[in-house]
Amino acid sequence: MATEILMPALSPTMEEGTLAKWLVKEGDTVSSGDIIAEIETDKATMEFEAVDEGIIGKLLVAEGTEGVAVNAPIAILLDEGEDADTLPAPSSAAPAPSSVPTAMSGSEEPALAAPKAVVIPDDPEIPEGTEMKSTTVREALRDAMAEEMRRDPNVFLMGEEVAQYQGAYKISQGMLDEFGDKRVIDTPITEHGFTGIAVGAAFGGLRPIVEFMTFNFAMQAIDQIINSAAKTLYMSGGQMGAPMVFRGANGAAARVGAQHSQDYATWYAQVPGLKVAMPYSAADAKGLLKSAIRDPNPVVFLENEILYGQAFDVPVMDDFTVPFGKAKIWREGSDVTIVSFGIGMKYALEAADALAADGISAEVIDLRTLRPMDTETVVKSVMKTNRCVTVEEGWPVGSIGGHISNVLMQEAFDYLDAPVITCTGKDVPMPYAANLEKLALVTTDEVIAAVKTVTYR
Amino acid sequence: MAARKKPAKSNTSKEDLLKFYREMLMIRRFEEKAGQLYGMGLIGGFCHLYIGQEAVVVGIEAATKEGDKRITSYRDHGHMLACGMDPKGVMAELTGREGGYSRGKGGSMHMFSKEKNFYGGNGIVGAQVPIGAGLAFADKYLGNDNVSFAYFGDGAANQGQVYETFNMASLWKLPVIFVIENNQYAMGTSLQRASSTPELYTRGTAFGIPGETVDGMDVFAVKAASEKAVAHCRTGKGPYILEMVTYRYRGHSMSDPAKYRTREEVQKVREERDAIEHVRELILLGKHASEEDLKAIDKQIKAEVNEAAEFAKQSPEPALSELWTDIYADA
Repeated sequence: MATEILMPALSPTMEEGTLAKWLVKEGDTVSSGDIIAEIETDKATMEFEAVDEGIIGKLLVAEGTEGVAVNAPIAILLDEGEDADTLPAPSSAAPAPSSVPTAMSGSEEPALAAPKAVVIPDDPEIPEGTEMKSTTVREALRDAMAEEMRRDPNVFLMGEEVAQYQGAYKISQGMLDEFGDKRVIDTPITEHGFTGIAVGAAFGGLRPIVEFMTFNFAMQAIDQIINSAAKTLYMSGGQMGAPMVFRGANGAAARVGAQHSQDYATWYAQVPGLKVAMPYSAADAKGLLKSAIRDPNPVVFLENEILYGQAFDVPVMDDFTVPFGKAKIWREGSDVTIVSFGIGMKYALEAADALAADGISAEVIDLRTLRPMDTETVVKSVMKTNRCVTVEEGWPVGSIGGHISNVLMQEAFDYLDAPVITCTGKDVPMPYAANLEKLALVTTDEVIAAVKTVTYR
Repeated sequence: MAARKKPAKSNTSKEDLLKFYREMLMIRRFEEKAGQLYGMGLIGGFCHLYIGQEAVVVGIEAATKEGDKRITSYRDHGHMLACGMDPKGVMAELTGREGGYSRGKGGSMHMFSKEKNFYGGNGIVGAQVPIGAGLAFADKYLGNDNVSFAYFGDGAANQGQVYETFNMASLWKLPVIFVIENNQYAMGTSLQRASSTPELYTRGTAFGIPGETVDGMDVFAVKAASEKAVAHCRTGKGPYILEMVTYRYRGHSMSDPAKYRTREEVQKVREERDAIEHVRELILLGKHASEEDLKAIDKQIKAEVNEAAEFAKQSPEPALSELWTDIYADA
């Protein structure tokens, strides 16, 4: 019986990719293990092997096609004696992911476009009339590091797979070529040790950027981040500190389970001596990372794997930086204030869109940095809207939303018309099963429901 | 009383002998005074005295040059005095006063001197080891020929991050000397009870790091071994391990009754291996100074220590506004 060969998922977060090249043609006989195509994700080009043996009956997607959804049929494999022309049209797609593409055939446009660029509203940091360029968060982070490394010879990058492999998530793509192995340094898999070495290098006058493949692994190194990097300036009476950046993916990716999905925002935000940034947009990722690298203090910079491939407008400027401690109002509104940061902004903004259709006007604030935290902007907004909902992926106990709620009780109690609702991840280790993971994470629907509760709709 | 081995006549110069004597005695008298102030309630918290181990830091410092860096654990008073930090500033930090090196905000375990390239004072066992390698990383990156000394104890020698650091220091040929001060006891746990292999100088073998064991009670042996290690590091050959076999006379901290060893054991080391007594005998044997001369030196050191103690008592407590300073450096 003929089988469909489906577009493979080559990473936990991959939803689509480019069919870069076919290495077989119609009529070829393939055995399992033969390389039949090259697939490009936003991170890498991977070889795709045949699983079954048979004859390539039809190539359904032409090589060079971008945005081919995972699980879309890309070819038909025939058993001996079968004929491609007598086959029925390919099914629309196999089960699984929610964003299933419509049927596609070789020469047609892909069903899904590349990630849509999100338009950022006017920003005081960006002069009017500045040219904007659609840039992914991944590229923005790389640009920030590269620009700062060109500017200061004492800035260097170290971490697992940052150099020759070009970054586990391809953030440091091309940096080894430009800066050489003295400044882009592959480390052994020893977070505790290399983080301590980086702290020492910072004490010794350098400006290290430490990349953690994910912040889950930084738990091995958290003693050096907190006890050594964050506290030394104070303990030394101001004589020496650790001007450095700890950065990497934080929070849930997709289906990577309990040990790879934790959001550490509130852990680090609690520590005096550290600064903490958790950007959402590419522009903020770039501007905040440049500020972080220049900052004379240790900065924990929390990124998100799902956002890496997302494109946003980034201003084309010689030296675009975003200051720490200044929240950004993404959307003005009068009925409720939604406060979030990082990927939580995605749910906050989606909810605001949906609520607008229901006649509820939400003001959406992106904290951008969690230490220092711009609670002033939040308080001011709540004094106008009288209601607040916070959104984050992390756990509920000791959450950022809990802190915001506390600040509002103390500074805007008389202005509140409803209790603050904190939308958070559920109080469970992250499950693996797709349905349970979805349930564990905060959702746009939960934000909408929370807003309806505080607005008594 | 056990007989002390008579030292062979030394060919060390008179100047060096007297310098070592003076520096080691300074540490001992300082620590005795610190112990006294602790008993009086002027020093709080944890206070780990260095008495017995003086030859280690004094011998090592004799092999350093300007620009070399050092970092150690919480048993750090001796290291600070040996690298030239002011006893007044150290003692005033112990009493938590404004005149202390950290303006009273660090305490015994957390003192630093940028000027003297002393990077702490670290209260987390073993955490100073990668940081010390990082200091060496910075020097290598900046292209100078400085070396860094990362001191740690026999207890810390079993910490995982030490081995992560050995691996990277050797892989990247960092100019760092790992000084294991083996004083036989990790708090109350003896080396034999905690280490599967007690020859700590061999702990770098798997990483290709040369190491040697040194009589850490003999300041000349310490200096000679350090010079060898420094030459190795300065010429880009990578890290080196020195295991200093030494002994602490006092408890782990001031609150340690030291029930894990006998009085006789301590007494025997004091009588047979004391580093200061060793140098004193050599000075007298070589007729470099008389008993009276040495008494005069002792008197002078006591006066200096008393002056430091007086300063540490008189210096005011930090202003209350200091609570909120030095959390962040100005961007």
